[in-house]
Amino acid sequence: MKEATTEKDTEISVNDFVIRFANVNGTGSASANGLFAKAIFRSGVPMSPKNIFPSNIQGLPTWYEVRVSEKGYLGRREGIDILVGVNPQSFKDDVESLVTGGFLIYDSSRQLHSEFLREDIHMMGIPMMRLSMEHFEVPRHQQLFKNIIYLGATVALLDIDIQVVRTLIEEQFAKKPKLIPPNFKALDIGFNFAKDNLTCPLPIRLEKRDLLEDKILIEGNEATGLGMIYGGATMMAWYPITPSTSVAKAYEKHASKILVEKQTGKKKFAFVQAEDELAAIGMVIGAGWNGTRAFTSTSGAGVSLMNEFIGLSYFAEVPATIVNVQRGGPSTGMPTRTQQGDMMSSAYASHGDTKHILLIPCTPKECFEMASLALDMADSFQTLIFLMSDLDLGMNEHICEPLEWDKNRKFNRGKVLDANDLEKPDLDWGRYLDADGDGICYRTIPGTHPSKGGYFTRGTSRDEYAKYTEKGEVYQRNVDRLTVKWNTAKNEVPKPEFYQNKNKGELGMVFYGTTTYAATEAMEMMEEKGIIIDSMRVRAFPFGQEVEQFIEDHKEVFIIEQNKEGQMRTLIINELEFNPKKLIKVLNYNGYPITADHIVEKIEEHLSIRDLLR
Amino acid sequence: MSYIKPSFVHPALPRNKVGYLKRDYEGTISTLCAGCGHDSISASIVEACYELNIEPHHLAKLSGIGCSSKTPAYFLSNSHGFNSVHGRMPSIATGANLGNKDLIYLGVSGDGDTASIGMGQFVHVIRRNLNMTYIVMNNGCYGLTKGQDSATADFGSMSKSGGGISTPFQAIDLVGMALELNATFVARSFSGDKDQLVPLLKAAMSHQGFAFIDVISPCVTFNNNKGSTKAYDYVRDHIEVTGALDFVPKEEEITVSYEAGSSKSIELFDNTKLNLHKLAKDWDPTDIYSAKAKLEATKRKGNYLTGLIYVNPESKDLHRILDTVDKPLNQLNEAELYPGDGVLDGINAGFR
Repeated sequence: MKEATTEKDTEISVNDFVIRFANVNGTGSASANGLFAKAIFRSGVPMSPKNIFPSNIQGLPTWYEVRVSEKGYLGRREGIDILVGVNPQSFKDDVESLVTGGFLIYDSSRQLHSEFLREDIHMMGIPMMRLSMEHFEVPRHQQLFKNIIYLGATVALLDIDIQVVRTLIEEQFAKKPKLIPPNFKALDIGFNFAKDNLTCPLPIRLEKRDLLEDKILIEGNEATGLGMIYGGATMMAWYPITPSTSVAKAYEKHASKILVEKQTGKKKFAFVQAEDELAAIGMVIGAGWNGTRAFTSTSGAGVSLMNEFIGLSYFAEVPATIVNVQRGGPSTGMPTRTQQGDMMSSAYASHGDTKHILLIPCTPKECFEMASLALDMADSFQTLIFLMSDLDLGMNEHICEPLEWDKNRKFNRGKVLDANDLEKPDLDWGRYLDADGDGICYRTIPGTHPSKGGYFTRGTSRDEYAKYTEKGEVYQRNVDRLTVKWNTAKNEVPKPEFYQNKNKGELGMVFYGTTTYAATEAMEMMEEKGIIIDSMRVRAFPFGQEVEQFIEDHKEVFIIEQNKEGQMRTLIINELEFNPKKLIKVLNYNGYPITADHIVEKIEEHLSIRDLLR
Repeated sequence: MSYIKPSFVHPALPRNKVGYLKRDYEGTISTLCAGCGHDSISASIVEACYELNIEPHHLAKLSGIGCSSKTPAYFLSNSHGFNSVHGRMPSIATGANLGNKDLIYLGVSGDGDTASIGMGQFVHVIRRNLNMTYIVMNNGCYGLTKGQDSATADFGSMSKSGGGISTPFQAIDLVGMALELNATFVARSFSGDKDQLVPLLKAAMSHQGFAFIDVISPCVTFNNNKGSTKAYDYVRDHIEVTGALDFVPKEEEITVSYEAGSSKSIELFDNTKLNLHKLAKDWDPTDIYSAKAKLEATKRKGNYLTGLIYVNPESKDLHRILDTVDKPLNQLNEAELYPGDGVLDGINAGFR
């Protein structure tokens, strides 16, 4: 059976499409889909893959979506141009998700039921399972190589260089070379079937470019784990929770190779899978108290459990770092979908008057840099720092600049007194005495001096010399000093990023983290339509003067984020006391990464309503 | 509230081998109730640390929340202390210990702090065999919130605040639990028996691994009445000891000899020796099965088994399990932690 693809006229479109693979999880599809994405990356064309997966190990629908964009837009885009549908459970919805004129690649081993037919798309059947059963004997292989067969077909249909894929297969199975020939065989089966039976290439296709230079393709969580190693973290305690688990795995994997004493093979780090999140953060605080750089990684539910300890770190002023890879909440929420839903609960985590420094990366490279910055700031501010990632950034691969480290960089260990300092005759030292006026006091590490510098760390109120007190005025003096420290932090957190040299108009937009990809694309889309909006990417909390000034300078500011309540907007209102009316929410909270189309639609909607009201 | 003690030092006061007076191991004046068992335990800690010649800054004291957890303020004021959150001291101790293996970690907890809110962390710190001494000052009640039953209150025991109603729940026996979890050093003592407690503390602090001491420590205010199984009188009348313990530091020779069959010498990891004599029948401190059986038999008689109950001289602590470097992790500098030239280039190349 030959199903024509040229009956419906379609313009040729190069390096600009979205392809979605609809699979059953636990069937080995991730490997084939990953090879597809990497082949495009190796072809020098910008692309971004999104893994949309279930909270399950085997048997439920899972999707892998790759956006290819010569212009370099790396956010998600709405509208699926090509769908590889091999999951009967989700097939009906998958067929419906294709744009008019789109291409459906399906398994034609069995007759397709008429209810799935759509007149306005191209239906291309490939008997994947039949071909796999003809060529492979073991049932498990038949299942696995079926995936490589559809990969081969997409390579032919999209005009991807098959040699690039072969090289990737050789690299992937370098340690299991026996697996290379059968993978090659399956790849050729799919490739040849498409060449012989379908019109290749499709009007939508890939052309090699050299647009990526020395960029890398890496998951944010892997970069975070590496950043912690380079930043000097020698203790990591954690409890398994999606989507943060791969931070711990990356830290352990790389540390086991690069943080090992050569002569003895002994480890220069301690890696502990704790019994729960409470213990994980407790260990981090214990290590921080002892002058050891330490961190934990978790997600919203874990942060909720850590709340009591977070207050201790803040109030007793013990360094600690938490990587919060945000997922859909509240409660267990959508554990395998992305959101920026913990901005408020992290900023103000724990009871009493607490506030925490948040660092907000948007690329894996920034995860790497902000990981070491978090460790530096935890030490220098003697407090708890959140690194606010999310599932999209953490668990999806992103193209970014290569990771860099200055080998001469010193760790900023903050104000720590050593034995010599403590010997100084005129030293008036109090653990909570603000000698410099910046709200940050000098601390000592256990074991430093036989008779000086010992003190009692506690979560209860105490005086400047760490002595327990219930005196109201002493308590108040201490918490007011914490405000001084907070104000010091405003000048030292990462500054926002601007996308214009100077402000051009009355409209502004604010975004952060992974929302940036779609927001910057939306900015260009609107510019083409003549709507000029100045843009600012917030990179940290508390807000520095630049953030305040930008909002001050614009009449209306769109706050674009991925949660239901507009949490960054609330933080801005609460901390900077702007009139809420000038801050307009642009939100996405369905668990899928936000798209530029969505942002443009919401902003235009607001502008047209506003104009109508005028 | 802290009171200031006089600072005058009589020149004739004895100093230990590292040059400290016993008062250098003391803390601020206790604010616990007069007669509280916990204060006797604090005094034993002072004694043990003085005799063990521990330099105060080489010890870190940690606690959770409760009356017991306040005591680290009442001993070793030159040592760093950490009064953490309720039931979570073990995790603080774990992080601190992983950061610096060279310090001695002394954790103080209570029966509420350990057997209820902190049970999870307690069992897991045992499982990891963290090198620390963990003392539970066990009075069977929540003193700081005015005497509610704790999970170690014995079935049928009656506290002062119980309004004449005896405890309807089974007690959690922390010693039995520690044995069940293969803790590598398990002991029980009584706050009123300093002669027994001091050598136990010294042995515990010399043990390489998790050393647990459950110390029955009557609450004079809320649980020292007739009908309570944690009252001074009751405990004194219901003690059975496993044997007498002499702690022998590594540099000292064994001078006393005991009759064969009734004594045993155990060498610890750091070459210190534990000499036991007047051994109870059917009990071998290095045999966990006999320790469990002895504990159970004593419990059935309604008695407390005290003394060293079990020790594993082969104990391997968390650092040895994790195979960390000899130098404390908190002392590794930039150069020691730098992965090396070209390493990051190689990592980048792996992502292309």
